[in-house]
Amino acid sequence: MPSARLRHVAVFLAVAAAAQLLAVGAGKGFLLTQLTMAAYYALVAVGLSLLMGFAGQISLGHAAFFAVGGYASAALTTWNLASHRGSGLVAALARAGLLQARTDLYGGSLLTVHPWAAAVAAVALALLLAWLVGIPVLKLSGHYLAMATLGVGTIIGSVAIGTEALGAADGISGVPRLPLAFGAAVTGDSDQRVLNYWVAVAILALAMVLLLNLVRSRVGRALRAIHGAEDAARAMGVDTARLKLRTFVLSAGLAAVAGVFLTHFNGGIGPSEASTMKSVKVVAMVAVGGMGSLWGTLAVSVVLNFLSLRGYFGTFDDAVFGGILILVMLFSPDGVLAPDLRRSAGAAWARLRAARARRRAGAGEAGEGGTGAGEAGAGEARDGAAGAGGEERP
Amino acid sequence: MRLPILAVAAALLTASAAPARAAEPIKVGAILSVTGPAAFLGSPEARTIQMLADDLNAKGGILGHKIELIIKDSGGSPEKAVSFAKQLMEEDKVLAIIGPSTSGETMQIKGLCEKGQTLLLSCAAAEVIVNPVAKWVFKTPQKDSDAVLKIFQHMKKTGVTKIGVLASNTGFGQAGKEQIEKLAPANGIQIAASETYDKAATDLTAEVTKMKAAGVQAILNWSIEPAQAIVIKNARQIGLKIPIYQSHGFGNIQYAKAAGAAAEGVIFPAGRLLVADVLPASNPQKKLLEAYKHEYQAKYKEDVSTFGGHGYDAFLLLTDAIRKAHSVDKNKVRDALEHLTGVVGTAGIFKLSPTDHNGLGIDAFELLTVKDGRFAVLAH
Amino acid sequence: MARELLVQYLIAGLTYGVIYAVVGIGFNIIYNATGIINFAQGEFVMLGGMIAVTLHGFLPLPAAIAGAVVLTMAVGALVEMLFIRWLVKPSVLRMIIITIGVSILLREAALLLWGNAVRALPYFTGNEVTSVGILGARVSPQVLWAVGVCLALVAAITAWFRWTSWGRQMRACAANRVAASLCGLPTRNLVTLSFVLSAGMGALAGCVVSPITQTQYSVGAGLAIKGFTVAILGGLGNSLAAVAAGLLLGVLESFSVSLLPTAYKDAISIAVLLLILFVRPTGLFAARLTSRV
Repeated sequence: MPSARLRHVAVFLAVAAAAQLLAVGAGKGFLLTQLTMAAYYALVAVGLSLLMGFAGQISLGHAAFFAVGGYASAALTTWNLASHRGSGLVAALARAGLLQARTDLYGGSLLTVHPWAAAVAAVALALLLAWLVGIPVLKLSGHYLAMATLGVGTIIGSVAIGTEALGAADGISGVPRLPLAFGAAVTGDSDQRVLNYWVAVAILALAMVLLLNLVRSRVGRALRAIHGAEDAARAMGVDTARLKLRTFVLSAGLAAVAGVFLTHFNGGIGPSEASTMKSVKVVAMVAVGGMGSLWGTLAVSVVLNFLSLRGYFGTFDDAVFGGILILVMLFSPDGVLAPDLRRSAGAAWARLRAARARRRAGAGEAGEGGTGAGEAGAGEARDGAAGAGGEERP
Repeated sequence: MRLPILAVAAALLTASAAPARAAEPIKVGAILSVTGPAAFLGSPEARTIQMLADDLNAKGGILGHKIELIIKDSGGSPEKAVSFAKQLMEEDKVLAIIGPSTSGETMQIKGLCEKGQTLLLSCAAAEVIVNPVAKWVFKTPQKDSDAVLKIFQHMKKTGVTKIGVLASNTGFGQAGKEQIEKLAPANGIQIAASETYDKAATDLTAEVTKMKAAGVQAILNWSIEPAQAIVIKNARQIGLKIPIYQSHGFGNIQYAKAAGAAAEGVIFPAGRLLVADVLPASNPQKKLLEAYKHEYQAKYKEDVSTFGGHGYDAFLLLTDAIRKAHSVDKNKVRDALEHLTGVVGTAGIFKLSPTDHNGLGIDAFELLTVKDGRFAVLAH
Repeated sequence: MARELLVQYLIAGLTYGVIYAVVGIGFNIIYNATGIINFAQGEFVMLGGMIAVTLHGFLPLPAAIAGAVVLTMAVGALVEMLFIRWLVKPSVLRMIIITIGVSILLREAALLLWGNAVRALPYFTGNEVTSVGILGARVSPQVLWAVGVCLALVAAITAWFRWTSWGRQMRACAANRVAASLCGLPTRNLVTLSFVLSAGMGALAGCVVSPITQTQYSVGAGLAIKGFTVAILGGLGNSLAAVAAGLLLGVLESFSVSLLPTAYKDAISIAVLLLILFVRPTGLFAARLTSRV
């Protein structure tokens, strides 16, 4: 099994390499700019795919975690501390090597938090926030969970647009490069375009390895059990609350990482990144890619974001998006790639029926371990495919 | 007054140069928010620029080159503006970029244009765009600070000293609010209450009630969205009879119509485009303003607004600079642009210099009011 | 706070509140019949206002409003028949995404049709500066129209569900769709009817509030978010509770302005609502909901 997973990742890297060679070979290396951006947005989508497709928990506020990552690193790397040089905290930070002195566009001198220190702090902040918010929010289910996550997203969005220190409606610009080794950096400069493309691809590939391993592990099976039948999973000894929370925090963390890197790549961030429409778009990408299909989500997200960022849809950007959404959901509700799960679903369904029969036979005999519950859950998840679902009536 | 001379000169040059060779078109990019929350800015800007480019090309172009206009709709999203700016610079290798429509987007791509050495002629108002001055970045709308000063002058004259400030949560609203707060003390104005509201607000009764509670002598509202009509209506409905001042963002007759009877007597600074027909014949802008107004309204069947005018001025400054430089080399065009003076535009008469990449002064503004549902010059 | 200011804030809050309530009820009607959250609900409000303004160009006001309501109802029916009716056992997420897609398409169609101009119907009584005094506060008569019509709508829809045959059938369908269909009720048509009803309600509300709020192609999404919040808070499916939740949200927003910077109005009101939701995870009126279902 691990070899199959690695093979998929290898195929992904091969496709990425082919895309680069084709683009550069055809003298269109500039296409990599939008591919890089699309890859970071795809990172948000695959993270959400884990939460929605596998744990069955919807989040209508996921763009907010991207924004928390992006805004925190943008703010920390642009707030000028030069005038506070004398204060104890700034001096201590400077001694610890966490500050960076540089000049701005006009030659003025700046003293800001070092991009890497800011990046770590930004992701940590997003994780902490997701954890704090997740505890009460994930106690809810179905439409109530949808509303609560929508609310959290709205709150974070309105803080971003209402706070002067975060640039209010203008957002933050002038974000410096995130230095890597040997003079390379995460930046939008065209001489580092190919390198930045590979940074994005590598991060996305790493995230996929992590997620694929997670999905196939015991945790993954337990997650699918939650998706299918939370009560049953709980009865079988799965600590559902803790697992859901961890998944939520992990997917928020991936969104924040994407936010940090894309903000350095773009040199800034604006409040539109925290808007509800953006969150809805991510949810839609996951649905169109196929619930529970990480590769489908990745492919759809990269392609749609790429086309949109290239401006191919002109003034019909939203209309095209809405149209695709409806068409796919009407005619291919399992996603455009009609996920490879389809075949395995048949098997899972059979096992589920067997499990149900067994359960009915001996209602109390719940001790058969996590594996059975997981597979039964997977089957049921596809049966109902009720991503938003706990309490809906039949 | 320089314009006709330049135009004649250019026409002569064009006539002599055109038959010689079919020159490469000059690529000009535009990043405008044609759709989305700032569409009321980007849509008239895009239409105006397209109209001007078509006109120019129909006349044979400039220095023998046609203008190839590449308009990108950013929908008001900075990340798209960034992506489009890179496209226009790296792929299309445009001579200049007109736009973006909002200050947020402009600030996001200011650094890119500076690094990529591509002219940026922003249609957004915020002063930070050109202050501090960046070598390649210009903007066409009048200065916020001048608009504020124009209003403060009128307040001083009428004895208003205690005001309430409302602003929307857009780049325009916040930049204006900042200038108001900065300039108020020196002008003897006290800000007794200050509020920011959402750009999509549909009722602002609570906000104007707060102004009423603070006992202000006048309300100064700074926004560019339809909500500014609601501010006036709600203020009058709760029985506030004090003067209401608006920003130059009120420069669209649509807003006065939306506020109906409540709009009567509102005072705001604006360029002279809106009152072109009542300007004295001696006014140097009159001819250009009337021509633009009539052509635009005939072509697009909608009222002209000062926002479209910002696009007009950007296109005008760029083409004038190309003529003056007598070259399509970006460095030469930039140098020419930086030294253009006396260019009659829709917003005023531009006097650009290496230290002023906007080139408009307080005289670009006229205080206007609404009388019988139409814009009129405020009687002195 | 002086009494008239208190009243002024309260009335402002009620004005927002009734609009949220009507949108919230629209959500509930469709939810009850289908288990679907229709995110295109806000677009019905937008369409009502926009169509009425267009019709008012050549029709008297009452006829324009009636026409707008009927046309929007037709759009509601069309949406259901095109996108919902023929799906076999659609999952909830699938329906959420489809209705989000429908909402985007309706909005973009409105943009093409009407452009981005802001429109409004004339005030039903008086004009933009007319106001009447209530307990020392001044309000536009249109506010009274809006509050009055919205409350009348709520009363009418409640009575309709309780006392008419169609209403009772819809309640049966809501309680148990399978059983209702086994009893020979035309459940499919009832679902269409639920879309028609909630489109009509939204459209009428859109007409009455348009002089106050103005209408533009893009106002639907914001209303849908507020209406959804309200429907959830009241406890999904419970219309009277949605009214209470709507008024609560409106008043919260209005008073939050009096105390704190308006920039955070949404953040504050939604944070308070979330806290309520955390304490009562299935809505404000959960006890009644559980007994009903």
